[in-house]
Order: sequence, then C-alpha cells, then structure tokens
Amino acid sequence: MLDLIYAPFAEFEFMQRALVGVIAIALGGGPIGVFLMLRRMSLTGDAMAHAILPGAAVGYLLAGLSLPAMTVGGLVAGIVVAVAAGLVSRFTSLKEDASLAAFYLLSLALGVTIVSLRGSNVDLLHVLFGTVLALDDDTLLLLASISTITVLALAVLYRPLVLECVDPVFLRSVSRAGTPTHLIFLGLVVMNLVGGFHALGTLLAVGMMMLPAAASRFWTSDITMMMLVSIAIGIASGVSGLLLSFHAELPAGPAIILSAGAVYVASLVLGREGGLLWLAWPGRHLEA
Amino acid sequence: MSAASAAIGFDEVTLGYGRRPAVHHLDGEIPAGSLIAVVGPNGAGKSTLLKGIVGTLKPLEGHIRLKDSSSGIAYLPQAAEIDRSFPLSVYDLVAMGLWSRSGLFGGIARRDRTKIEEALAAVGLTGFERRPISTLSGGQMQRALFARLLLQDAPVILLDEPFTAIDAKTTADLLDLVRRWHTESRTVVAVLHDLDMVRRTFPQTLLIAREPVAWGETPEVLQPENLLKARRMVEAYDPHADVCHRTVA
Repeated sequence: MLDLIYAPFAEFEFMQRALVGVIAIALGGGPIGVFLMLRRMSLTGDAMAHAILPGAAVGYLLAGLSLPAMTVGGLVAGIVVAVAAGLVSRFTSLKEDASLAAFYLLSLALGVTIVSLRGSNVDLLHVLFGTVLALDDDTLLLLASISTITVLALAVLYRPLVLECVDPVFLRSVSRAGTPTHLIFLGLVVMNLVGGFHALGTLLAVGMMMLPAAASRFWTSDITMMMLVSIAIGIASGVSGLLLSFHAELPAGPAIILSAGAVYVASLVLGREGGLLWLAWPGRHLEA
Repeated sequence: MSAASAAIGFDEVTLGYGRRPAVHHLDGEIPAGSLIAVVGPNGAGKSTLLKGIVGTLKPLEGHIRLKDSSSGIAYLPQAAEIDRSFPLSVYDLVAMGLWSRSGLFGGIARRDRTKIEEALAAVGLTGFERRPISTLSGGQMQRALFARLLLQDAPVILLDEPFTAIDAKTTADLLDLVRRWHTESRTVVAVLHDLDMVRRTFPQTLLIAREPVAWGETPEVLQPENLLKARRMVEAYDPHADVCHRTVA
C-alpha cells in the first residue's frame, strides 16, 4: 500500500516534478483562494481565468509554445481585466461582478477574434488542460517564484486585506491603503492563475484555489487556520490526484481537481463548522 | 470663535451624489472640544455630512477645513456596513483601533496589549477576546466598536446613529464614554434621532434638512417651528431641478 503511494514519486522524475509543481500551486493558491472566498470574489477568480486564456493564446501565436510569451500574455490580459474591472467598480456605481463580466467577455471575444484572424488551427490543449506531467525546469522555477511572491505579499498585506473585508469604511477612514491593496491582491490572483494554467490549464487553475478554500471554511472559523487547512487540502489533493492519474491512467489535471472536489464534498458533509451532518444532527443544545 | 479653535470648518460646503446635493451650502465651524448632535429627518444628509468630514466623500463645492488631518478623526459608521460573518475575533477587531500607530506592518507591543484590555474593560467586554465577531449581539458589537474608538485615541470622534437598535443599558454605558470624551476635550459629533437624549447630553445641535435649518445651543435649535421646517424642507424633491447659482457669501 505504502509502495503504491511512494514508488511512483521515487521512480519517475516527471512525477517528482509534478509533485513539486502542485505543492507550489497549493502554497500560493490556498491563501489566495481563502481571501477570494471571504471577499465574496469566488466567481471573480473564475472570470479572471477566462480572461487569461486569450492573452496566453496570443502569446502562443506570436512565439509558439514558449513559456515567457504565454506567461506574459496571460499576465497582461489578466491584469488589464482585473485592474480595469477593479477601477470601474471602485469609482462608478457598477459593482465588481458586473464590471468584471463586461471586461472578461471583451477580452475573451478579442482573444478569439485574434486567433481566428490568424486562421491557423492552433493546438490550445496545452493552455486549456495544462501539462502537469511535463513540467520543465523553467516552469517549475516560475511556479516556485509565484508562490514565494504570493506568500510574502500576503504577509505584508495581511492587515489591510483582512480589514478591507471586515470593515472597508473603517479602513478608508484610517488609511489610503485600501485601493492599492485591492489592486495588488488582484495582481496576485492573476499571477497564481497564470502559474496554475501551466500545470492544470486555465479551466482548472481556479479549482486549486477555490475548492480547498471552500472546503477549509467547513473546518475552522479562524482565518489563519483556514489558510493553513486550505494549503494542506491543496497539497493532499495534488498528491492523490497525481497518484490517481498514475495508477488509473487518468488525465492528471482533472484528477487533481476531482480529488480536491472530493475533499470539498466530504467537508461539506462532515465539516465541524456548519457541515451538513452537524446541521442535521447538532446534538442537544448546551447550557450556555 | 477664531479659525484656530475650530476643529472642523465648513466653507459653503455642498456634498452630494451625482450632481444632486445631499448637504447644501453648509457654512460654519465646530469649535474644538464641542459635543454636538446632528439631527434631522431621514434623508436630511446627516450621514453624508459625516462622510464629507472623514473624507470618503469629496465636496461637490466648497471646502471642509480640519484642524487635525483626517487621520485624527475616529469615525463610527452605521453598524450595518461591517461583515459580521468574517472569521475574526473580538480582540482583533478592537485592536484595529491601533492602526494609526501600528500602520500596515507595525507590531502590537505589550503596552498596546494593556490598552486593548483596558478598552475592552471600559465597554464591558472583558472575557470576549477570543469570541468570533459573528457570535456578538447587536449591542455587544456596538460595545466592541466603541472599544475600537477608544483605542483610536482621536481628537475628533464622529458617530453615525450609534444607539439605533441598542438597548437602554448599553446606550447608557456608551453615552458615559461619550461624556468622558467630552471631558477629555475631544470634539464629538454624533448623528442622533432621540431628541430627548440630545437635550439631556448634547450642549450643541446642528439641525439639518439638506440645508442647515438651525445650529447652536440645543434648546434653541430644537424648537417646534425649526423641527417642522426641517420636515417640510426634506420632503421637497424636484426631479427637474435647475443648476444651483447661489453665490458664495
């Protein structure tokens, strides 16, 4: 049994690389996902993932399957959409979800138009579903850098980020940090999504952020613990997804997300903080 | 009163949303150390006025002068704007009052911890430190927010309907804090609806109905004819209003 878990990683270098990759993604994506969830921006992450796709596609068309070109393309597209949507929602009466929907639809349409103008039958499978089992050195370095930057930036921005969720009016009355914090946070979301798409593809990258975060909400009501639990769930899903894909010959990206999904469903049912079982059978009420 | 002793000065201030004024041509000064109530019907622009003072809303016209910078203002908005479901402890919520000293990254020293404990004790929330804010009742939440105001230690304190839907005991306790701030020569501006409370506790009153109706000693301001005038004024709404050409005095 242990051999089934240990052997694939010990024997095959591509499995080791994939393991390092998913750990890096979980370290950055876990806390980002928790903040997305607490800021009620879960669907924002999803929309941004769509916004990255055309940027990466343009990078691919210009420079082929090149890591820098696709990364830069995705980052630019994601950041333009995120910042534009953020600014519009801050300074006009349009809410963030509506302005984001507008911008990501624009960028998606623009990307598809550019692709069709070139008229080539582009192989976008790499971008759509990722290549977690074929991570080269450069991609691993990129993933590790992104998660390092993310963790450091979150440590620095922790206070205004939390305060902006709980009491934005108070933050505005004591500090001007609100808007820059929000924009940097959106930048971090884009970075992590771009990192995630190299491994899992744009369509699944959000999964490694949101599923562990949503699952962690069912286990603790403390934000620090929530981030730690979220990272742990991310890593565990990564490992079990990779093993599932290795033994059952499933595609790796979806297997990882399905594992995270299984943890989410289990948490939804069993979680101590508002899980379904505890809601159905809460036990007798307490004295005080 | 001289400009130097004014904590907050208004020079023909018009505040509003879009181009419509919610506070129209307010001119005057709030002397430092005042305890002043802002009263008026719903929609009179009371909350808007506080937002203008704290700087989250820029005047459409005119200018608001502050003796201290806006960081010297502690502002308690209407409680509804706080996300009570956020996984945060009472202690952390209250500790945020130290922002002006600790800023984005500064640590919380032992001396600060004592201050946080004192603030919690002052509002009667000792023992609530580790409770998540989602478990607090409305009154307890308001006590926690007053503890945060205590920690902000600001020369100017703005309160927006601080006692709405708060029980009598809590209101009395929190009013004691307001009086304490007054004896400490802080400037307190409170938006209130309970005119009896205003008469009992607040020496100064600004009665506002989009335009200032009366401003001065509370007993003179809260005359029946002023209150009636305020009610009439706020009900006047003209969807085809012309551009205001009132000249600045």
